[in-house]
Amino acid sequence: MPISLTVNGSQRSFDGDPEMPLLWYLRDEIGLVGTKYGCGAGLCGSCTVHRDGQAVRSCQTPMRTLAGRQIVTIEGLSPDGSHPVQQAWMKANVPQCGYCQTGQIMQAVAFLRSTPKPSDQQIDTAMSGNICRCGTYQRIRAAIKSVEGGRL
Amino acid sequence: MKGGGQRAEGTTTFGSIENVTRRHFLGGIASAGAFVLAARMMPDEVLAQTPPARPFFSRVEHAPFHPSIYLGIEPDGAVWIVTHRSEMGTGIRTTLPVIAADELDADWSRVRIEQGIGDARYGDQNTDGSKSVRDFYDTFRLAGATARTMLVSAAAAQWNVPASECAAQLHEVVHQASGRRLGYGALAGAAGKLPVPSATQVQLKARNAWRYIGKDFLAYDLGDIVTGKAGFGMDAKRDGMVYASIEHPPVLGAKVRSVDDAKALKVAGVRQVTTLDGYKPPLMFQPLGGVAVIGDSTWAVLQGRRQLSVNWDLGPNAAFESDAFKKQLISTVQQPQKVIRSVGNVDAEFAKGGKTVEATYYTPLLPHASMEPPVAVADFRDGKVSIWAPVQNPQATQDTVAAALGIGKDDVLVNVTLLGGGFGRKSKPDFAAEAALLSKKVGKPVKVVWSREDDLKFDFYHSTAAVYHKASVDGRGKPTAWLARSAWPPIASTFEDGAQYGLDLEHAMGLNDLPYEMTNHQVENGPARAHVRIGWFRAVANNYHVFASGSFVDELAHAAGRDPIEYTLELIGPGRVLDLKPQLRGADYWNYGAPYDKYPIDTARLRGVIEIARERSGWGRRKGGNGWGMGFAAHRSFNSYVASVVEVEVDKTGRVRIPRIVMVFDAGLVINPAAAKAQMEGAAVMGVGVAMLGEISAIGGQVQQTNFNNFRVPRMGDAPVQVDVHQVNTDAPPSGIGEPGVPPVIPALANAVFAATGKRVRELPLSKTKLT
Repeated sequence: MPISLTVNGSQRSFDGDPEMPLLWYLRDEIGLVGTKYGCGAGLCGSCTVHRDGQAVRSCQTPMRTLAGRQIVTIEGLSPDGSHPVQQAWMKANVPQCGYCQTGQIMQAVAFLRSTPKPSDQQIDTAMSGNICRCGTYQRIRAAIKSVEGGRL
Repeated sequence: MKGGGQRAEGTTTFGSIENVTRRHFLGGIASAGAFVLAARMMPDEVLAQTPPARPFFSRVEHAPFHPSIYLGIEPDGAVWIVTHRSEMGTGIRTTLPVIAADELDADWSRVRIEQGIGDARYGDQNTDGSKSVRDFYDTFRLAGATARTMLVSAAAAQWNVPASECAAQLHEVVHQASGRRLGYGALAGAAGKLPVPSATQVQLKARNAWRYIGKDFLAYDLGDIVTGKAGFGMDAKRDGMVYASIEHPPVLGAKVRSVDDAKALKVAGVRQVTTLDGYKPPLMFQPLGGVAVIGDSTWAVLQGRRQLSVNWDLGPNAAFESDAFKKQLISTVQQPQKVIRSVGNVDAEFAKGGKTVEATYYTPLLPHASMEPPVAVADFRDGKVSIWAPVQNPQATQDTVAAALGIGKDDVLVNVTLLGGGFGRKSKPDFAAEAALLSKKVGKPVKVVWSREDDLKFDFYHSTAAVYHKASVDGRGKPTAWLARSAWPPIASTFEDGAQYGLDLEHAMGLNDLPYEMTNHQVENGPARAHVRIGWFRAVANNYHVFASGSFVDELAHAAGRDPIEYTLELIGPGRVLDLKPQLRGADYWNYGAPYDKYPIDTARLRGVIEIARERSGWGRRKGGNGWGMGFAAHRSFNSYVASVVEVEVDKTGRVRIPRIVMVFDAGLVINPAAAKAQMEGAAVMGVGVAMLGEISAIGGQVQQTNFNNFRVPRMGDAPVQVDVHQVNTDAPPSGIGEPGVPPVIPALANAVFAATGKRVRELPLSKTKLT
């Protein structure tokens, strides 16, 4: 039986392998390639998306668990980069290669919604699952702190 | 900061540009989406319709006015500039065009960047060695200045006035006397009919007329990156494309005996299983061979691989044990070895029997672990192949793919996507050759995706090394003789089967270039055999050599009861240009491939960064100990000078926290300080990873690390809380930025740990040393 879910506000129906992780459905089947593959094991955070507003690793989220769920990817966060967290990322000139940054942003958005004025320690803890091999952590922290989380 | 301007988005076919839409963007830094990939799709269509003699016209070459292959101007005033070097996070894709745009006096918001395909006409495209600006600064200046000169000539001719009365001014040519103006777009047609002047006929701008060089520029792709629209290799896609995942030989050189693919073929979405031949020595960048599972999605082929049963003939490298090999390397550097630098007579001085200090250092194999694993799309048809891949060296990709397929280099079109990190791994295009071979086999476009496990287990590794230092010292603790001896499986082993000695380039990276005043000094290189593929990782041999030499200087300073920075400055001696050549055996000093008269080892510049680091870090204001300390190291690499001061806190459990790292760099002229600063910050974090966490080990020839749980890289909480970067502005020509920040951080961190705890770290990662 097909699985119905919502991706970035659009109704979708999926009837493939129910064990397929959301990551590959997004990337290979519906062309939302802003969500990145980095480890396939929930260890790096590059594939982070929102499921009903919560940050999840899409590589560890089987399609069978998504009936009736709302998924938001980086493409759904804002069509034009106008989301305050994206704006903060640009203002702090965070990215180097940029590959991990969509996952970092999705993680940061969910975190800031629950913790509008985080301490450094809270930021470190919340972002510890997202690896940046270029080493942009200092700027990620600065970008997060610059956002007024209450507005998200 | 200057942001990216408007971009063009659209598709194009050979000879004319169709369906080009222009989008305007808010805020100056937001940007367009699919352009990056759409533009890259173009050459393939060009390839299909043009004769082989001229396989490709770039976007630049479509412009009516393109005085060089680097720059073209459209009638609407759009300036297209090629970046022929690969973007892996250094900002080079933005920085090279900035140089040309400055000389052109272009409006940056009207500049569009085209990523160059692999094409020998561009000159060297191997984006490693931190040399893109160093080697192409003059080229891009000339490209901009030539176009400017011709636009001025075209305007002067139209107005019938001498060119000397006209000047370029922000995308226009102005006739001062009459106040007449013509935009670059309006002049493009006429300028395109003029002969291109020779370099000697072109006047470069005076430094005080620079508009952009030395100013902060945001990455051209920044807006695309934060919206998920940036096109990485992982995102490339072709109509009718299938996916492939390859079971590589578990041991280097292992061969497939037999394959049972029955279960794999039953996995939904798996279409085919096929064997790829192994490499023929030497390794070069050839694919490793193995068993490829091909199917309809990445997930299907990854699942299919898990159902494969492969019987391997493991071969001789199955005897490789990294623990035993470590002992062997350490033993090698305890024995006399091949002398590569000699001054005075160290043996005679040691024989006098005075006080000596000695230490042996060890560093393990390391992977690159870029966040985007190796990935490539290939489309083979009619004897030609198009590649879309995140490669650092598109021309080597052409060569490698051509050799694998037995076709000509000109029949390989390499489209360079953005790279999700590179660090040297993506200089080696084995993964692109895999995609090409498979596309030829299955008759469809194929995307080869390496899993993270593949990436960590089958890398071209940063080598493991043992380094021994011994010095005899006088009453003040200054060396009277100094011996340095190093052994590591060399990069040469990738290019010459069985090679065991380092190349000049590895010797010149922190081993034979110690910049100290020494009357008796000897440097030796011992043999070491490679059992895995050896490559180059950000800063290459500097990392292990400078971990050793930077730690040893600190050991000498402490043995002498001296302040390490004061002691180092005394060792360096007065500012002067070194002449190493008479001391080197059988080789010129490599000097990172740069001419020595232009880029000498200048100890005044080394002293300069050290003195600023001492000042900026607050060095010496607080005494180390009780779990707090500062460590220092400085090094010249990639023709640039970097000093690092690392501050650590070590708690009672031995956990190391890094409140701050100060990075001071002198890289000569810096085109884009914003990008340089980011590189130094990133280098500090990567240096911390090398020093504290990273290790690849092997049992039975098989790499043990599989993912980020057992190969650790710095996460936010491991990284320095703060990295302060100070750029030294000099009149020296531009030198490296991407790599030279890494090496000094490694010993500086180890030295800081010593200052905090009294524990000397001689083996990396330092998680191996008990700090409590």
